[in-house]
Amino acid sequence: MPERLLLTGNHAAAYGAMLSKAEVISAYPITPQTMIVELLSELTASGRMPAKFITVESEHSAMAACVGASSAGARAYTATSGQGLALMHEMLHWAVGARLPIVLTNVSRAMAPGWSIWCDQNDILSQRDVGWMMLFAESVQEAQDFIIWMYRVAEQVFLPGMVGMDAFILSHTAEPLIVHDQDAVDAYLPKFEPLYDLDPAQPRAYGGLVNRDHYFELRYKIYENMDRAGQLLVEAGEEFGDVLGHKYTPLEGYLLDDAEYVFVSAGAMTSNVRQAVRDMREKGIKAGLLRVIAFRPFPIDGIRSILAGRRKVAVLDRNMSAGHSGIFAEEIRSALLGQPDAPPVYGYIVGIGGRDVRVETAMDICDDVLVREEPEMALFVGVKGLPIGPLRKDASIRPLQPLEVMR
Amino acid sequence: MIELRIHGRGGQGAVVASKTLAQAAFQAGRYVQSYPDYGVERRGAPVVAFARIAEPGDDLFVRQDIREPHHLLILDSTLLDSANPLAGLRNGGWVVVNTSDPPDSLGIVPRFRVATVDASEIARRHQLGTAAQPVVNTAILGAFVRATSIVSLDDLLTAIDHEVPVKVEENRMAATEAFEQTQLEVTV
Repeated sequence: MPERLLLTGNHAAAYGAMLSKAEVISAYPITPQTMIVELLSELTASGRMPAKFITVESEHSAMAACVGASSAGARAYTATSGQGLALMHEMLHWAVGARLPIVLTNVSRAMAPGWSIWCDQNDILSQRDVGWMMLFAESVQEAQDFIIWMYRVAEQVFLPGMVGMDAFILSHTAEPLIVHDQDAVDAYLPKFEPLYDLDPAQPRAYGGLVNRDHYFELRYKIYENMDRAGQLLVEAGEEFGDVLGHKYTPLEGYLLDDAEYVFVSAGAMTSNVRQAVRDMREKGIKAGLLRVIAFRPFPIDGIRSILAGRRKVAVLDRNMSAGHSGIFAEEIRSALLGQPDAPPVYGYIVGIGGRDVRVETAMDICDDVLVREEPEMALFVGVKGLPIGPLRKDASIRPLQPLEVMR
Repeated sequence: MIELRIHGRGGQGAVVASKTLAQAAFQAGRYVQSYPDYGVERRGAPVVAFARIAEPGDDLFVRQDIREPHHLLILDSTLLDSANPLAGLRNGGWVVVNTSDPPDSLGIVPRFRVATVDASEIARRHQLGTAAQPVVNTAILGAFVRATSIVSLDDLLTAIDHEVPVKVEENRMAATEAFEQTQLEVTV
């Protein structure tokens, strides 16, 4: 029988790794690490989780150990956060190039300096182009379930995947969690069958030099499998419903049928946007919500068909690519470009460094998007002393001193 | 949806109080959230924790700061003077305070309801924490349950079994005695 427990997102992720029967967990155990691996170390030490727990001296080494474990045919898992994911970056590439279906949880923290334990999504989105699949959880339940869903797809396409969970709002908040029955998870997620073993009796070389006549094809296949993962996420999400009781999809809509104004969100703040969309409906505004769950592969076709013909689209980005726009807004504009009936996309940047994104915040954005005539790349919401709007025009930005003066 | 804020000092058990109360409501079949106000946690420094409890019919849940709680739990009455714990409290809300003083002596304005209990004395008697720094969380929860009836005493005691890591029987007795000894003052 599934168990219902009151647990934090951190502990839910640890349960997700345990239910997935991860065989090797490698982690850096100090800041910015989370309680995910604290619980996993307890579960492995007590024997409840029959896995090898390896503590290492950095996140870079944590991923290197996962690469080794996965190469040897083990299901490997790690967790990190913020700067830790950044330090892991080089080995994230290795996991992709070596085609290893490692899964990690990233607790999304704002990047330092200034140091922060609070959430925004710039840490995980900085890994956009590495070739990892990416899912964004909204609830403690999803922080657990998406790990299982991700392994199911990762091990079919031989690509790694990361699950993003917003720091504090999910990681440190206790909510009801259904811990699935282990037999049911086993039925959903069979034992990992690696393509190749690390077997001294059958020696092979891994990660060697590749000349110009092979590298492009290797990368083409990565792209091809990432593309294929889009459909597999849909299928595996349906199977999740059949076997484990809740269907997951790469995109989720709320009150979209006749919506003229669509609000796009990802991660934990979506709960507040959903409530705001309901409040907008009560005020007679034809509003709807589109939640982006899968960021890589990006569900381009779904986004095009859902957003076509809407009057306006407002994207809430808890991240920013300075010099351009919010990153989800940028991705959605790019998906819509040149499509028939493409709506204008208004980019709103919210909640940087954990600033509270409230139901009222989404209502303020609604008020703004209803009257704003021209779409903007980046509209900032909640910067102290500034109304919702693009960068201030009269900014007294202090010019750099001439070089001689600086010396 | 009922929103609660708990004020205490590092070492008094405010965070466990939030989790235990949420667990009690969760056992009673309600959707809940519990979270601490994350900061630099030191023994004796002010600590804040929060809980949300769904009411029948709530089908959407928010994930945002609690700014206007329905009720407060105050684990150390000196916080009334320094930490502005009443900020944002809704009219008619309960202020449940750990103090040996009666409710009408605290100078809390009449648009709130006040309940008091000497949780420190109860905790000391059951050797919860140390004499200098008693762990008062389970006692104050007993008083909170008495004042608000948001969960039953039985649910609270079961939640204590589940959440409190040590001296479970002593904590159950502390909660029960606090429940019985709470002084209520209704001023609205």
